[in-house]
Amino acid sequence: MGARDAAPTITIDQGNAAGSGPRLQLKGRWTLRYAAQVSAALADAPDQAGSVDATAVDRLDSAGVLQLLRFAHRRQIDFAIFDFRADHHALVAAIEDVADDRPRKKPEYGFAAALGRLGFAVVDNWVEIVALISFLGENLSKLLRMIKQPRRFRLTATVSHMEQVGLDAVPLVFLLSYLVGAVIAFLGANILQDFGATIYVVELVNVAFLREFGVLLTAILLAGRTASAFTAQIGAMVSREEVDAMRTLGLDPVDVLVIPRLLALMVTLPLLSFIADIAGLLGGMSVGAFSLDIPPQAYLSRMQETMHLRHFLVGLAKAPVFAMVIALIGCLEGLQVEGTAQSVGERTTSSVVQAISLVIVLDAIAAIWFMQVGW
Amino acid sequence: MTDIDTLDKPSTANLEPIIRVRGLVNQFGDQVVHDGLDLDVMPGEILGVVGGSGTGKSVLMRSILGLRTPDAGEIEVLGVDARSQAAADRLHIERNTGVLFQDGALFSSLTVGENVQVPLREHYPTLSDSLRYELALLKVKLAGLEAAALNKLPSQLSGGMRKRAGLARALALDPPLLFLDEPTAGLDPIGAAAFDKLTRTLQQALGLTVFLITHDLDTLYAICDRVAVIADKKVIAVATLPELERLDHPWVQEYFNGPRGRAARNGDSRGDRSAPAHATGDV
Repeated sequence: MGARDAAPTITIDQGNAAGSGPRLQLKGRWTLRYAAQVSAALADAPDQAGSVDATAVDRLDSAGVLQLLRFAHRRQIDFAIFDFRADHHALVAAIEDVADDRPRKKPEYGFAAALGRLGFAVVDNWVEIVALISFLGENLSKLLRMIKQPRRFRLTATVSHMEQVGLDAVPLVFLLSYLVGAVIAFLGANILQDFGATIYVVELVNVAFLREFGVLLTAILLAGRTASAFTAQIGAMVSREEVDAMRTLGLDPVDVLVIPRLLALMVTLPLLSFIADIAGLLGGMSVGAFSLDIPPQAYLSRMQETMHLRHFLVGLAKAPVFAMVIALIGCLEGLQVEGTAQSVGERTTSSVVQAISLVIVLDAIAAIWFMQVGW
Repeated sequence: MTDIDTLDKPSTANLEPIIRVRGLVNQFGDQVVHDGLDLDVMPGEILGVVGGSGTGKSVLMRSILGLRTPDAGEIEVLGVDARSQAAADRLHIERNTGVLFQDGALFSSLTVGENVQVPLREHYPTLSDSLRYELALLKVKLAGLEAAALNKLPSQLSGGMRKRAGLARALALDPPLLFLDEPTAGLDPIGAAAFDKLTRTLQQALGLTVFLITHDLDTLYAICDRVAVIADKKVIAVATLPELERLDHPWVQEYFNGPRGRAARNGDSRGDRSAPAHATGDV
């Protein structure tokens, strides 16, 4: 069959005008593939029709029937005057049955809808904050209960999480801290050189790393690496109804899923911070040795003279707090997943963003507070 | 012959199978799932595919659809080689087949209406927005959903409604060949019977050929013209149900003449038992 026969066409037969208008003869293929030609043919059709002969239509599908129905509706032609081939009757009847009413309005995309979404977002954020605080309370009370009922504590899971979030993160934390330490030394040396005070690079790197950067870098890395992993792990379990199954079996998801992760992170984040401190100091020392003419012996003795233990303690004191924030956000977001793949993705993104932002906000507050207290 | 419209409708006396599988071999590592499997699906029939768990019903469907490359054998779908990677052949198969996966496999970030419009957008980008929207509405209603379902997300639907929405998406391009993977699994008996009826009605109205994987004996008795039994890594029989009941094979005997099989046959527990259409279609 050639392409010329394929195109849908309408021929007007005026001679046989027995009724109120001409007789239309439809030919060709009235299918989805020829939707544009069907529209064009129907647009050219006369306003009046006495009868419509569609028996010569070679091929008809639901798109073709729909377009004929729309045409009939627009021109206010009674669909009963359409004459279809016998083997098309079932299709036409099926489409006619369901296509009688007009389509509904589409959802809003305008300014009001955007304003509405903004409002919902504000409320959602507030709900999120309240949820996080109540989750903190729930965890603390269940930790207390665990002290009274030690059999609830899951040692194996805790140790396994320690390996995943702690040990496996050591190379990454070490490398990044080393590089940041070196960068700080370079930056400091560039400025201090003008005053002939290059040796103060040692104090700069020490104070910066021990007080702030060691723990902050580690916390940010783990917020990206671990909070997302917690959310995805728990979220996948929620979406497969594993968490519901747990509840029906009498297991408390907080005991089983959250507290092992929380404790694992609270133990390993301070340890990783310590590693980050060492790596940062080594980074500064390397820069000193290789490009600032401060040999390691001089660097170390200067370090011993000027370093105060309180810097180290101030830095490390923040680590368990950050660990708690990261673990709680990661787990809470995971538990709030709502069963779809998209929801797991959204929650994971949200947990990383929240964890990183909250860590930085808390660090800033802590820095100001410790300065004011004079530590 | 890679044009949808050059295919003959099932109403004409066409005895060429629409799917032809010859000597199919599928294996995962050491585990052989299919070993020399042959199957013909004739135009205009509803072919039920049954078999125990792990006999590779879904693997067979995935092989036919080209989602999985078989380890050996030939598969011809709608006149083209299913293993072909040529763009024209892939397009031909994509446009002319609709698939309903087990839980609908709706895209969870899109509404039902947008889900149904996805294949229309992909294959016919020049369609006007209003026509595409109305076609989606039409398909959703053909699948037995209310127009209001159009703007709902898949997560807001029940299991039965998700299947109907999945069916609407499968029908979006008016494919002559429809694959249903356990369409009634997880539905209550009333919902399952309604889905069976819907399948039969649509098959007759749209002139579909249906490849139906199922565990549901009621579905087999209600709507299938012929049933293919997969066992021993092959299709051991393709026949009508009365013929299969007499077949001398232990699994087949247990399946059809066990208590559930007898209940489905005798009790008419649900579904319309109208005389099935001929294998060549009575559309």
